[in-house]
Amino acid sequence: MTEDAVAWVLLAAVTAYACAGGTDYGAGFWDLLAGGAERGRRPRWLIDHAMEPVWETNNVWLVFILVIMWTGFPVLFQTVFTAMWLPLALAAVGLVLRGAGFALRKPTRRLAGRRVYGAAFAVSSLLTPFFLGAAVGGLATGRVAPGTKASAEAWSNGTSVIAGLLTVAATAFLGAVFLTADARRFDAADLVGYFRLRAWCSLGALAVLAVVGLVVTRDDARYVHDGLTSGTGLALVLIAVAGALATAGLLYRTATGWARITAVGSVALTVVAWGLAQRPYLIPTSLTVSEAAGATTTLRWLLLVTAVAVVLVGPPLVLLYRLDTAGVLQPLTEADLRRTAAGREPENP
Amino acid sequence: MNSAIDHVLADGPAQLLPARELMAFTLGSHILLVPFGVALPAVTLLMHYRGLRRGDAVALLLARRWSAVMAVQFAIGIVTGTVLSFELGLLWPGMMGRWGDVFGLGFGVEAWAFFLEAILIAIYLYGWRRLKPWTHFWLAVPLPLAALMGAFGIVAANSWMNTPRGFTLDAAGNPVDVDVRRAIFTPMFGPEYWHFVVGVVLTAGYVVAGVYAVGWLRGRRDRYHRLGFTVPFSVAAILTPVQFLLGDSIARSVFHKQPVKFAATEIVWKTGTHVPEYMFGRLRSDGTIAGGIRIPQLDSLLAGFSTDTKVTGLSSVPAGDRPTATQATIAHWAFDIMVTVASLLLLLALWYGWCWLRRRDLPRSPWFFRCAALAGGACLLTVECGWITTEVGRQPWIVYQNMRVAEAVTDARASTLWTMLGIVVVLYVLVFGAFLTVLRRMSGRWRLADEGALAAAGTGDVEGDTPYGPRPLSPTGGGDGGPA
Repeated sequence: MTEDAVAWVLLAAVTAYACAGGTDYGAGFWDLLAGGAERGRRPRWLIDHAMEPVWETNNVWLVFILVIMWTGFPVLFQTVFTAMWLPLALAAVGLVLRGAGFALRKPTRRLAGRRVYGAAFAVSSLLTPFFLGAAVGGLATGRVAPGTKASAEAWSNGTSVIAGLLTVAATAFLGAVFLTADARRFDAADLVGYFRLRAWCSLGALAVLAVVGLVVTRDDARYVHDGLTSGTGLALVLIAVAGALATAGLLYRTATGWARITAVGSVALTVVAWGLAQRPYLIPTSLTVSEAAGATTTLRWLLLVTAVAVVLVGPPLVLLYRLDTAGVLQPLTEADLRRTAAGREPENP
Repeated sequence: MNSAIDHVLADGPAQLLPARELMAFTLGSHILLVPFGVALPAVTLLMHYRGLRRGDAVALLLARRWSAVMAVQFAIGIVTGTVLSFELGLLWPGMMGRWGDVFGLGFGVEAWAFFLEAILIAIYLYGWRRLKPWTHFWLAVPLPLAALMGAFGIVAANSWMNTPRGFTLDAAGNPVDVDVRRAIFTPMFGPEYWHFVVGVVLTAGYVVAGVYAVGWLRGRRDRYHRLGFTVPFSVAAILTPVQFLLGDSIARSVFHKQPVKFAATEIVWKTGTHVPEYMFGRLRSDGTIAGGIRIPQLDSLLAGFSTDTKVTGLSSVPAGDRPTATQATIAHWAFDIMVTVASLLLLLALWYGWCWLRRRDLPRSPWFFRCAALAGGACLLTVECGWITTEVGRQPWIVYQNMRVAEAVTDARASTLWTMLGIVVVLYVLVFGAFLTVLRRMSGRWRLADEGALAAAGTGDVEGDTPYGPRPLSPTGGGDGGPA
């Protein structure tokens, strides 16, 4: 029972990372496709402003996922990191490039420097979610079991590639929906249409990939495929599809606030459906939740720590997102950091 | 040097050396940012409080600029920290698979604390312009507490690796009957934690003060530089003697709880009483010592306050269960460098304290400021040395007396790991280089702006007349939430 509760916490953390981190990856994806320095100036400006205050927080979900894995399910952690060595190592390299690229681009003035940092940020925004998705897809196929050594076959099969592409498409969708809302929030009318079009396109790509995925996984990842096409899994997937369609409609009516909720809902439901489809396995069909579980006392403490943390971290997290969406959070400008002239305050533009 | 490499190579599979080097490199780089992640918010808030309380515009400007530095530093720290949690799985799956549920909870506490820190720091960094001044300040006050909580988790995990307990082993050698409380509060936890916390605060203090000491030496003797130097330097100077006592206490804890590690850091070969102390020197594999300054009786005296104190030597355990002569020498040098720097910093702090008590003023000697400018770098060196002492001194164990590093290492091919090490070194050199460049550019821009402001003030330049007077700024305090 305790281990099931911890597995739910793990699934919740994965869902949160997929939605929060996913939105940021998506912003990076659109940064990549924004075009040259002049053409991409406006979208990049919006992406910078939208991501700045929250991307670090969104990134920490990943650390939390890893910690629950090794504390709650040590065997799962050992297995995943042994079998999926290369994609996870590449994802880690991508995380460095991405974070450093984004953080350093902002205080850099020269165009050449900004280009280099921006490219590092944008390219790794594509590669990191791809490799993370490919690793998860590889696990779903059942190619990995405790004791499996690292091999390219574990993550370079049809299911893995589709899962990686689906992850990228989902992040692009979330990113575009949120940026549409941000464009309205920052009164950038020209960018509302720009990102709305991209949200629709990525939704189309998602639909195509999902259909291909259904075909590929039927033989390649039978257990998860069956879980997603019957019972509760199917119900959740259908609601997720409805949510995605509703998002498209809401964007058309520029009800961007609601569109954000339905978009997050549809991605979250898909992740949860996947998690449910794997039951009772953490790795289908070789490692169940109860087999992977660590010491019961540790799991109880982990739940206690999680409960305390929800109480402590929840309110500040809500505050952060509220302040952010209310437009209260703004970066310090150069003028705030320097004195303009004697006896005068730096101006607040 | 070749023999040193042979020694390291001899004790495990081929992938052990690159895995070790990769972990050492990434952790050694990340640890340089840790003092700022943990302590810079506290130092900044101190300055911020001063600015708000006294309506001091210069203090507020300093706090704002430090928070701009914090924004970049925290981001780099987050990515290098995330890499470390990946590497625990990529490099040491054996340790995590077997012991993850015994000692992982500390990381759980750390992850949540870190989460809270990321949220609060975002609100602080981006709240300057629109939040009310005091609201903004109070929202950031839990930040140092969250940082201390995060340090608690990480140090708990590390101290468990040094003195593991809170489990029993079953017939197959797997841990069962996990007792989480005993696993978190291990014997080395208390000494390690306080030594770490005080160490990072004083490191952050000396580094920040060092920046303004350089400005001071270059003749920028205004109130801005004076304040920027005095506040962080005072914090660090007050903590320096405290840290000296804590360092002495942790060394004695190691003596009691990890006698073989103590023997390595003091290069003691044979168990005995009246053991001499060696400053530096090199341990040879036959147990003799080359070079170094020998002080008779002192090691016994320091370890147990009596020359009759019996000190366990390295030769008391089989060669496979103790650090090699090279590893012992590395741990010994790291330890001695740390102690030497600490002693010099203590003298610097006393110099400062003496002048302050006598004249309520900074020391006048440029040599004081030269030393102060170097103190930050020296502190970063001791942070590295402290970490090397604790990690290398524990060899060949990853979990002291329970799992060897060689048993924990990944199966990944050595060539793959060497390649990855190469990529990571290049990447980190670029990232850290870019980070420092960006900081220098930022400070350069600010200095130009400050000088521009002075030039604009024209001949009535107050700076020229009153070197310590307030800068020409509005007395209301700025940037703390004016209308946008």
